[in-house]
Formats: sequence, structure tokens, C-alpha cells
Amino acid sequence: MPDNSQAQVQRHVLDADLTIYHAAEQMPALLALVAKGGRVEVDLRGVQAIDAAGLQLLILVKREAAGRDTTLRFVGHSEPVREAIELCQLAAALGDPLLLNAGSPS
Amino acid sequence: MSDLNDELVLTYIQESRDQLAELEAGMLMLEEDPADRANLDAIFRAAHTIKGGAGVIECGFIEQFTHHLENLLDQLRGGLLSVTPALASELLRAADHIAALLDLLETGAEQLPEALAAGDAELVRALESHLDSGNDTAGAGAVTPGMGSPDAFESTGGGVVASDGWHISVRFGRDLMRTGNDPLSFIRYLTTLGEVVALETITDALPAADEMDPEACYLGFEVHLRSGASKADIEQVFDFVRDDCSLHILAPRSKIAEYLDLINELPEDTMRLGEMLVRCGALTSAELDAGLEAQRMLEADGEERPPIGEILVAHQAVRPELVEAAAVRQQHVQEKKQQEARLIKVRADKLDQLIDLVGELVIAGASAQLLADRARVPDLKEATSEVSRLVEDIRDSALQLRMVQIGETFSRFNRVVRDVSRELGKTITLQVTGGETELDKSVVERIGDPLMHLIRNAIDHGIEPASERVAAGKPEAGSVGLNAYHDSGSIVIEVSDDGGGLPIERIRERALERGLITSGDALSDKELANLIFEPGFSTKAQVTNLSGRGVGMDVVRRNISALRGEVEVHSEPGMGSRFTIRLPLTLAIIDGFLTGVGSASYVIPLDTVVECIELGQSGQTRDYLNLRGEVLPTIDLRHNFELPGDPPARRSVVVVSNGRAKVGVVVDRLHGEFQTVIKPLGNLFKHLRGISGSTILGSGDVALILDVPALVSTVTRNESAQLVRQ
Repeated sequence: MPDNSQAQVQRHVLDADLTIYHAAEQMPALLALVAKGGRVEVDLRGVQAIDAAGLQLLILVKREAAGRDTTLRFVGHSEPVREAIELCQLAAALGDPLLLNAGSPS
Repeated sequence: MSDLNDELVLTYIQESRDQLAELEAGMLMLEEDPADRANLDAIFRAAHTIKGGAGVIECGFIEQFTHHLENLLDQLRGGLLSVTPALASELLRAADHIAALLDLLETGAEQLPEALAAGDAELVRALESHLDSGNDTAGAGAVTPGMGSPDAFESTGGGVVASDGWHISVRFGRDLMRTGNDPLSFIRYLTTLGEVVALETITDALPAADEMDPEACYLGFEVHLRSGASKADIEQVFDFVRDDCSLHILAPRSKIAEYLDLINELPEDTMRLGEMLVRCGALTSAELDAGLEAQRMLEADGEERPPIGEILVAHQAVRPELVEAAAVRQQHVQEKKQQEARLIKVRADKLDQLIDLVGELVIAGASAQLLADRARVPDLKEATSEVSRLVEDIRDSALQLRMVQIGETFSRFNRVVRDVSRELGKTITLQVTGGETELDKSVVERIGDPLMHLIRNAIDHGIEPASERVAAGKPEAGSVGLNAYHDSGSIVIEVSDDGGGLPIERIRERALERGLITSGDALSDKELANLIFEPGFSTKAQVTNLSGRGVGMDVVRRNISALRGEVEVHSEPGMGSRFTIRLPLTLAIIDGFLTGVGSASYVIPLDTVVECIELGQSGQTRDYLNLRGEVLPTIDLRHNFELPGDPPARRSVVVVSNGRAKVGVVVDRLHGEFQTVIKPLGNLFKHLRGISGSTILGSGDVALILDVPALVSTVTRNESAQLVRQ
């Protein structure tokens, strides 16, 4: 039932940098998405910079989602995000984004 | 080669020979007790020191060879190999080979001659064949020794790779990011130092969402980095945030061997353990500071101060084996320091020069004293006698400088006994006593060969085969003894065995065959036994590899005579034999007793003089006199040396002894005690019997020094020959 699930997915396009300077404002926004439950897709293609603060935020959000029965996916990783995830070898921990994209029917 | 280099090489050769002696002693012990860890360490250190020195003086062939030896020893030490008899033998052969290489170096050679090179390659192969035999027996022969660096073999198999890299463990402090640092940038920088083999981001510290401070850092990393960088290089990555993170850097396995090498190569200064580890790069200064701080804290808490090594290991700053190595090295250096404080190395020729000068001083002093005596000025006489007393003291201490313990020479024979007894299939132990007995270095150097011969002889001829021993009710293992002690101005060295004793009857037969005695000669067993020192005498039925060619014992006696010593044998059938060598303590200076015959002067070594008596008026035709009821053979020097002129009316007899027999020496005048420097006689007079040297008197005249043992034996032999004839 791809159509059905497709309809419930909430898309969120993150259009800010994930660095220490924005972490404080981004954290509540991302946590709010998680709190809604259901399927959430966060598009990261607009993230032009990411640092450790951003990275740990992604990890936190992912963990929160798992705790609340929310399916959270990060999609459309921008180059800096992919680089940071690869550097820290977090692809497995976060769920392989490329594989999810490829498997997604859209 | 420059002088400086020459000096360096000579020092190296000498020190390496010392190390080699230790190496060999250690290897012999290893054979007895393969589990002795301290001994193994000592062997390794000795080999390592020889190798290290070879590197310093740039002697490639020694360095290469000892490198192979060291590899093997390292595996032994690491428990990867165990000592087998074959391995022990090869180790000893390797020690012999190093000795040969050192000899070669001494000749100034820079390349191995072909003969040695072949032996070198063969030994290296033998050593290599033991190496790695634990895990790869089949392939061991195929590995070309010495090709490529050993590191080239390490990148095999995934397991090796994972463990063979730096392990960096870092936990960043909470406030790190607020100060403008991005942990990711450190990781990025790390990747520029080498290849990140594995990396794990540690997120355990992340709190629940409501407790999370988005600007605080909760991350940590475990990184496996393969890199040629040093520990300090890696630590430097985190320099800016050193206080704001907890960092542990563990060295790769391959690096540990390198550190161990570096620790052993540290200059021999008294260094603290931490300092040593920092110097070799195993520990960074920051880690050491943290460790010391922790040590202080613990102490401040009233706890007993733990050793810094323990703390560092607990902090995971350094691997325990490195701490151990550094501690061992530290102890080694301290011991060496202590030894150095007690000992100072002096070149032998400088010492000889000093002894020569003291000798001249003695002569000049005697001359001054003579003049003072003649001048009859009491003050002058007093002054000169004070000077001579001091000269005498100086002479004694100068000679003392050349005194060395004979133990070092003795211990060399452990190896000889081991090798020879194996060759012959006998079990023999060497018992050494009196090794602390001191004698002149020049004597020690020259007594080695005769001793060697006597010991080989004792093993070969003296000790019976095991079956005979058991049949005779003796323990199966034979025993050869070496003993030394001082006795009336000489040193006595004994070589004894508990074998079958000398075959007296065979010696008699043999002596008759050779015409050394006639069937009418009535010789005691002792005299018969001592016939073995005659040239060309051997009773052993078959000639063995070791001895029995009949060239031995006469050479032994000649060598010992050349040292103004004498040798005799005492044998007990079924109980064994004992060779007794009696040597003068020194060859250079003696206290003499000056006598005159006609216009000539003779010096009798004072320690052989027993007493002086006046010769009776009776017309002296006999060669003996009655000394308090004892028959004293006498020798008339005037007659013996065919001096012209008539004897004076009153003559004196100096009673001398060689430790066993007493003889009276008839002289014209007695001049009294006289310190004298022995000048050896020229080659022309080498075969002169009864004279051992010459000396110069204060007046400038030459005096001859009597060879008392030779005189005594001449006289006693004449006497007994006459007695037999009568």
C-alpha cells in the first residue's frame, strides 16, 4: 500500500545550517516533528554546513523518534552532511540514507 | 680511520668482549635453566649492546649478524620459542662467531673474508630456522634471510591490520564547542596523519532530549589509525583542547618493538622512568604530567605513593611491557653507574709505562741511598731512607694496579668443559674455587693456554668413561676442579680431576722405551708421574682429537717456566690427579737479597730466602752440609758459574726454599735486602739455567737474579742421582 503510506508521510525541509550556532533553535523544531508521530521525512538538501553539534542533534532526534514510535528518515543529504556522516562512520547508526532513498517508491 | 675512531673501535672491541663473556656465561646458564627470565634478559641485553655498539662504529657485519641473534633471543624472551639443546648449541656457536668477527674487526677489516662469510651465512640460516618455527615450520626454509625489512611481512590477514595501528580514544568535554572548536575538525585532521582503519562515534553520553543542551558536546570517538606518525604528532592534533577532553593514545604492536629498542638505546644516564618513556616516544609529556599529578593526588590523600609506571598503565597511556622494559633498563643503568663509580678503565700500556717508571725510580732510589751511605751525612741518609720507603710503597701500589682476579680466566673454562665433555660423551662438571685470588695481569694473560691444556687433558685422559666409573663405585659424572690460592709469595693454581690417576706403570714402560730412564733407576711414583712433562711423552694408546699427540705437557711446562713458575703432578691411582702450578705474583719487581761472589753480584728473590748461615772452615768438597741435623744440599755459585779467583776465607750460605725443598747457596758476601726491577734477559740467554733475569744496581753494575726453583731442582736432582748411584 505505497499510496496510503505516502499520504501519511510528513515532509520537512530543513533549510538551515546544522552547526553550533543554529543547534539551539533547530533542536526544538526537530523534536516537535518527532513528537507528532507517524512517518516523518526530513530533507537535508538545504543543509550547507554541519558540525558535531548538528551531528549529535541528528543522532538525538533519531533516538527520540525510535523511542516514540515515529519513523524518522533523513533524506536528500547534502554533500557536507554526507561527508560528516561518513567521517564519523555513522551511516549505519543513523540508517543508510542512500539505501532508503533508492528503496522509496517515489 | 682517524685516531678518534680507532680509539672508539678499540673501546668497542674491548667492551664487546666483556659483553660476549657475559653472553656466553648466560647461554651456558640458559642451557641449565631455560626458564630463568632474568638470565634471558641479561643475554638479550648483552647481544643488544654488542649490536648497538656495532651500529655506532659502523661495523656492518657485526651489526647484521647480531641482529639475527637478537631476533632469536627476542622470540625466546617473548616465550614464542623454547630452548632446545640444538638451539643452545647454535647460540653458543653464534657467540663464537661474534668473537671471530670482533677479532676480524680488530685487524681493521671492513669486509668479511670468504671463509667467514660462508660461516656467517650458514649460522644466520641456522638461527633463522629456529625463528618462526613455532608457527610456520614448512615455510621457514623458504624465507630468504635478510631480504626486505621485517615490517614488510606484517600486513597479512585482517586481524593483524586491525590491531596493528594506533588506537586513539577521545572523549570531548562538554564545553568544547562553545569555545569554537568542532570535534569533527580534529577527526578530519587525524585522517590526514594516516589511514583511518576503523572509527566509532561514541554517543552514549547523549542525554534524553529534555536534558540535552544542544550547544554542549556529548561525543567521543574510538579511532584506529594506521600511521607512521609518532605519539607526540597524534597528541598534537588535540593540542588546543588537551585540557578539555580525555585522550588515550595506545601504540600499535609494531611500534612496541621500536619503543623497546629505543628504550634500550637510551644514553646511559640516570633517568626517571617517565622521562625514559617520553624520550623514546611511548609517552607524551602531557600524559606524564597527568600521571605525576595523579600520583601527587593519591599521595596527598594519604595513600601510599604508587609507582608512576603503575599509574601510567592504569591511565592507559602506555602499555605495561614498555613500563617493564623501561624499569629494567633503569635498573641496568643504575647498576652500570655503580660499577663505573668503582672502576675506571685504564689502558694497559699506560699502566706498563707507570710500572716501568716506578722500576727506574727504584733503581735511582737505590743509587741515591748508596751515595748517601758513602757520604756519611746522617741527615741525608735519613732523608734517602724515607724516600726509599715511599718508593717501596709506590711500587707496591703500582703493582697492585695490575693485579686482577683469576676468576675471569677460570670462568672461561666452563665452556671448554661443556664442549669437550660432550665431544667425548662424558658428563663432567667444573668446580671452581679461589677465583678471587689476585695475580699480575701479564701472568693471567699467559697462564690461559697451559691451563686450557691441563683441563682438556684432565677431561680426555683423567676422567674415565662412565661405565668404568660406575664399575669402580664412583659417581657417573666426573668432576674437574680449578683452585687458586696464595702461598709464600707465589700463587698456586691447581687443576684436579677425580679420574683414574696417572698410569704409573705405563709411564715407566714408556720412559724406558724413550730412554728417559734406565731400568736400574729407582724412581718414586711421584718422580715417574712428573716424567709426563718430558718432551714427546704420551701414554694414551690412541691419539684423540684433543690430546694425546705428545706435544702437550712439555709445552705446558715450558710455558710455565717462561713465567718463572713451575708445575708438578700428584697422582693417586683410582682417585685422580692434581696438577699444581706455582707462579710468582708479578713479573716486574721483586724484593731481592743481594749477594756477591768475587766481583759479581747476584740477587736472590727475598721470598725464597729462609735464613743465612756462615759456612764452616772445613774444606768444602761436599755438596751438602749439616743444618741442625738436617741434610742441606748446597750449591757453590763460584763453582756453578765458573767464576775466576779463589774463595775468601769466610763465606756464607743463603738457605733458599722453593716451597718444598731447601737448598744452601754458597756465596762470598752478603749485602742485604735490595729492591729490584727485573730486566728480562735477551733471547741469547734464554736457555741459561739458574738465572731468571738481570737488574741494575745503584752503582750502575749489573746483577744477575737467581732462578731459585731451577737451582733447587738442579741440586735435588743431582743429589738423588748421586744417592741412587751410591
